[in-house]
This record gives sequence, C-alpha cells and structure tokens, in this order.
Amino acid sequence: MPQNYVPIFLFIALIGVLLPVTLLAAKLVRPDNPSKAKLMPYECGIDPIDSARGRYTVRYYIVAILFVVFDVETIFLFPWAVKFKALGAFGLLEMLIFLLILVVGYIWIWKKGALEWV
Amino acid sequence: MLDYITSYLKSDLTPGAAGNVLWAFVYILLIFLGLSVAVIAMNWLERKILAHMQVRLGPMRVGPHGLLQPVADALKLLIKEDIMPAEADKVVFWMAPLFVVMTAFTVFIVVPFGPTHAVTDMNIGVLFMLGVSSLSVLGIVMAGWASNSHYPLIGALRSSAQMVSYEIAMGLAVISAVLMSSLNQAGTGTLSMIGLVQAQQAQHTWFVFKFFPLGLIAFVIFAIAMVAETNRAPFDLPEAESELTAGFHTEYSGFRWSLFFLAEYSAMIAVSSIAVTLWLGGWMRPFPTWLSGETWDLVFSLFPGLTFIFLAVFAFVGVVRMPKHPYFRIQTMGLAGFGAVLGLIGLVLFAPPVRDRIQDIYWFSVKVAVSMYMYIWYRGTFPRYRFDQLMKVGWKILLPVGIGVLILTAIAGVWL
Repeated sequence: MPQNYVPIFLFIALIGVLLPVTLLAAKLVRPDNPSKAKLMPYECGIDPIDSARGRYTVRYYIVAILFVVFDVETIFLFPWAVKFKALGAFGLLEMLIFLLILVVGYIWIWKKGALEWV
Repeated sequence: MLDYITSYLKSDLTPGAAGNVLWAFVYILLIFLGLSVAVIAMNWLERKILAHMQVRLGPMRVGPHGLLQPVADALKLLIKEDIMPAEADKVVFWMAPLFVVMTAFTVFIVVPFGPTHAVTDMNIGVLFMLGVSSLSVLGIVMAGWASNSHYPLIGALRSSAQMVSYEIAMGLAVISAVLMSSLNQAGTGTLSMIGLVQAQQAQHTWFVFKFFPLGLIAFVIFAIAMVAETNRAPFDLPEAESELTAGFHTEYSGFRWSLFFLAEYSAMIAVSSIAVTLWLGGWMRPFPTWLSGETWDLVFSLFPGLTFIFLAVFAFVGVVRMPKHPYFRIQTMGLAGFGAVLGLIGLVLFAPPVRDRIQDIYWFSVKVAVSMYMYIWYRGTFPRYRFDQLMKVGWKILLPVGIGVLILTAIAGVWL
C-alpha cells in the first residue's frame, strides 16, 4: 500500500510552505529595532560570564546511552507483539529469554548506580 | 475531474488508502483548522479552569468572560518584535520552531477520528507515531543549542533527558496494547491505528479493561509517560520558570515563541489521541454491546447536538447573569451571539444525515477532551517534581512495571 505514505509528504510540504510564509508575513507587521543589550543572551539582567556551550554533567550522556539500549529493545518487541498469538507459547518463551538478558543488564546498571541522579 | 472528487465519497477508505491526493489535502487542511481552533480553545479553557481551581476569575476583560483573549494574544504575538540573539546559530535558531511544529502536527496524519476519517492508515501507524513524536526531542535540542545561552541549553538537556527516559515506558505500554490486538482467530495483530480500534471493536472491550487490571496499568503508564513527554506539569522541569526562566525557548520571542506554544499544545492533543486510540476505544461510543439496539443508538446519536445545546444554554445563563450596565452591553450581545451560534450548530447536529456522520468524530473528540481536561487538572493539583525524582520515577518505577505488565499480558494472552 505505497499510496498510504503519499499524504506524509503532502503534509510536510504544506507545513514547510505555510510556516515560513507566516513567519515572513509576521516580519512585515512587526517592529524591528535591535540594540546591543537586546541581542545579548538572556540571563535575568546579568551579563553572561562565559560561553554557554561549556561543560555539563555526564549523566545526560549516560541517560542517552541507556535510552538507545532500551528503545532498540522496544523496537525488537514490536514484530513479536504483532504475531504474538500466532507464535503462541514458543514465541513467548523466546521473548522471555530476550527480556531476561535485558533485565539482567537492567539490574546491573541499577547496581552500578547509573540510574542514580545525585 | 468531478468524478475524481466524488468517487472517493462512495468508497469506504481513507484518502490515503484510496490514493486520492485531493481528499487527502482537504483532510489535512481540516486537521490544520481543527487543531488551530482546538489550541485556541485550549488556551482559553486552561486559563479559565486553572483560575477557577485557584478561586480566581481568569481572563475577564477581552470579550465576554475573556473569550477573545486568545485572539488578542495571537495578534499581540504577531506584532511583537522578534529578537534573535547576536551569538545565536542563525540557521538552526530559525529552523528549530518549524521542526518542532512539523513533528507535533505530522502525528495527526495517522490519528483515526473514525473508520474512514483519517488522512491515511499506514500498516505501521503506531511505529510511525512513536518515531515522529520522538523526533520532537531533536527540535528542542536544536532550539536550546542554537540559542547559545545558559538557560536554554540546560532546559533543552533536561527536556531531552526527560523525554527519552519516558519514551521507553511509553513504548512498553504501547507494545502491550499491540499485543492485545493480536488476540483474534488469525492470531495476528496490527500496528495500524484504525486496525487497533477495530480490534477493540471485535473483542467487545476497550483495551483499558482487557485482562483487568493489566490493561489499566499499561494505560496508566502511558498516561504518566505522555504527560512527561509533553513537558507538562507536574513534569514541567525543563520550563521550570523559577530556575530556568522558560527552558529551551527562553531566547525566543514573538511569533517564533508562539510556534513552540502551538507545538506544545498540539503535541498534547496528539498523545491524548494516541492514548484514546490504543486504550479508550477510539471512535467507539460508550457501551456498544451492553446498551446496543436501535433505541440506544438513537439516544447516543443525539449526544453531539445535546452537547452544543448545553453549551449554548451555559452561554445564555452567562448572558442573564451579565451586569445590567450600559458598559457591558456589547459584551452581553457578543455572548448572546456566541450562544446562538453554538445552539445553531447543536440544531444542525440533530439532523439525521449529519448526526450519523459526526458520531465517530464526536466520541473521539470527547475522549480527547477529557484527557486534555486531565492535563489541566494535573497542573492545578500536583507540585513539580525534582529532577532526580523524575528520573527515579521514569527508570526505576515505570520501566520495570512496564516490562512486568508486558510479560503478564503475554502470559495471560497465551493461556487465557
């Protein structure tokens, strides 16, 4: 059913046209008189000290890595879920083994403290 | 040409499946229009409901009971100066709001408002919806990074960490719904959104009541995760105004900011419609088997008209209670006109041909509206989470519970 996917491109094209047009239309009616202070990064009235793109906590990276592992896992579960009843007890057992490996990894990262946020 | 237009009306397909680009275009425009109206209405309702929860009145000045407030706000945002920080990454800064709006809107392409009332019905609808809605993280990171300022960057990082954490729980909950859809003779489920509602129709139940309480738990996991996904209270840390000003869109102003606003509200409506489709029976009316038969069909088909009549009566009560002072004359007349329009729509919805066509869309919208009300209710009730608490809920509670529910549902599905 490839024709089912045509509206996606139609949709994206429509948004891709409509939004820039409204943005440009807004440009015609709005005032535009920037000043140096106005264009500074907003820090509640205080001059920013260093570059914003400095270092931040490593936990965000850990969350991202863990997310990849578990999200790929959910994607692997989808085909099984669709054919679930047809595969029956055998498919369930296979999936339980897959989930068991994952749960072992989950317990390990929990023990390692990767899920702690302080 | 005329045949091309009318041939679709005779078929029982979605415009996408019929391959009719023109009708797909019409549907898309209708969705745009409906979404804009819904966001405007949501804006007013949220302020009003929240205000009444806090024993305030909310907007009262612009129009009767502040009904024109969203319009006034939109105009204000349109003529406001649009500031782009000097150090910002111009191209990415420009693209980020467009990207966020695009992802928030594109989800609606697979949302089934009725058996044929969807733009298209892909056989991977659920996967498409999960994928597209998770792309909005990218837009938020783009906005935060491009601003080149401290608050937006921290807000974007928090936002993305929160969204990816809750996405896993969301995916697991969705899988248990897909699993339930495969409990039929053929033993094959479906990932198409329309197919999932039809599966609920065939099994004579909403998936939220399936294998009680397993379906309910999966639904609750999804309901919590969807609030976190859309960065709403009590999970609105990325926009915690007391610490981060406004989170990832601190540097945005004017019309660009309003695009983020639009995206946030349409994302809320999108995830609510997904929850309704997967667990709350989509377009099905309440009690389709228990209260079946011609009489009950008639009673339930009167609901759309009655709702609008009720709202009209509500408006007229407001008219009667308006202060009797020359200063309020225009406002009173405006409210009376609004009530009259609502009443007229209600009367039109009583007409049998309209009544039958509007049914599915009405029940779907009502379920989504209830879910939207819950969003406002959460915001009025729950205090904000701390970030470590948020991560704890996502990773240590929702994830194991999600896996557990999935396994139990599978076991119940095989042996029950």
